[in-house]
Amino acid sequence: MATRVGIEVSIAAAEAVKQANTDVIAAYPITPQTHIVEHLSELVNNGELDAEFVPVESEHSAMSVCSGSSAAGARTFTCTSSQGLALMSEIVYAVSSLRLPMLMILANRSLNSPLSIWNDHSDVMSIRDCGWIQVFVENGQEVYDHVFIGYRVAEDRNVLTPFIINLDGFVLTHVIEPIEMLDQEMVDRYLPPYQPLYRLHPNQPVSIGCFGPPVLFTETKRAQDEAFNSTMPHILKGWQEFGDLTGRYYHPVETYKTEEAKVIVVTQGSLGETASIAIDTLRGEGEPVGLVSIRLWRPFPFEEFREAVKGAELVVVMDRAISYGGPGGPLAGEIRAALYSQEVHPRVVNFIIGLGGRDVAPDDFVQMVQQAKARPGEWYEIYGVRE
Amino acid sequence: MAKPENEITWKDIKVGFVVDEPGSASVYRTGDWRSQRPVYERERCIRCGTCYVYCPDMAIKILKDGYIEHDLYYCKGCGICAEECPTGAIIIVDEEE
Repeated sequence: MATRVGIEVSIAAAEAVKQANTDVIAAYPITPQTHIVEHLSELVNNGELDAEFVPVESEHSAMSVCSGSSAAGARTFTCTSSQGLALMSEIVYAVSSLRLPMLMILANRSLNSPLSIWNDHSDVMSIRDCGWIQVFVENGQEVYDHVFIGYRVAEDRNVLTPFIINLDGFVLTHVIEPIEMLDQEMVDRYLPPYQPLYRLHPNQPVSIGCFGPPVLFTETKRAQDEAFNSTMPHILKGWQEFGDLTGRYYHPVETYKTEEAKVIVVTQGSLGETASIAIDTLRGEGEPVGLVSIRLWRPFPFEEFREAVKGAELVVVMDRAISYGGPGGPLAGEIRAALYSQEVHPRVVNFIIGLGGRDVAPDDFVQMVQQAKARPGEWYEIYGVRE
Repeated sequence: MAKPENEITWKDIKVGFVVDEPGSASVYRTGDWRSQRPVYERERCIRCGTCYVYCPDMAIKILKDGYIEHDLYYCKGCGICAEECPTGAIIIVDEEE
């Protein structure tokens, strides 16, 4: 059974971390992640969650604590945003190579400069190739659910890879939403205790984090690449079994009104819900427009994406980060790569939107679709800039 | 490790490149870093063991009779033994010589 309550999304996420029976939390407060970590420290302090809460002096230390914690066999959680992620990134790359499962909620916020505490995706795009499984969520229910799914997938013996949930800062973290909270019995049924393959234990010593000389380094990277590319069926299994338990089924690529669509809008994160309103408007006017939301960012769901946009003539990709000197936004680059092998592929137009907390309204999506249709060629543009 | 390093395939790599047996560093050949090598003159050696103490790589063995032998599997040719030897029983020469 489950209970539907009105709750701030950050608090719900923290409650899920508690219900997942997390052993160690190491985090440093940074806006807009703060409420998640504050609530967890309260839960630990009040004795409601039997976990170690390590109040570290920086995000670099947070991720370092997490690496030791996971290596010792503990279920491990951290949470950060923006500059915090940038500071911890050195260790972010290390833990995935060491195959240490853990869960991170990334409350997405733009990177300096100018200083901004508001939402875009430039933080996560800076660690695109870090070797963590990365998902985007559209609302509070999805982040609550993905805490359980994330742990389940990350700790799977066939996966053993850390997991990032991207949660848009403020527009999701700080809003109150109706969220269906799972009963503890359901959580326990879905999420078994973590059984590490190797761990730091005096009874069976191992060395973790050894150096890799040139004669071995490439072999270790091939092994990691193979392992990461083999995670997809286990991610799908995690989603399937969660759906069987709760009725909420998640997919690598979420689609909305894509049947017979000639134009497909592509988004990530919370903008998907806004865009769906524009899709309804355009469909109401007889325009064959659909929406694809990329939930799974890494491993990128190439097959599922190609299937979702089959038959489309125009794909309008919405990026919330810039790749300076690159092909547009990072998402558009990926989508062009996904479509390149197709004999006939749609024209790809790329808008960069919603930077540093700039609102994107449903009508903006309508405008962008019309502009993309009217102007030929493949191009990118930062949308909504005052000239 | 059962296999020499250059025969290890990616499938042999343990999850996370964990090393689950002790002493694996002993199979790591550092001798091929060497551009100079030590030359030992037994007649000048007073068996004081100074070179053994200073060698940073455990590349000097003390034999039963107290004289020494360089282990070129590990010796990086750093020359510390030659520098520290009080009688000049060890000199360091270029590998080409």
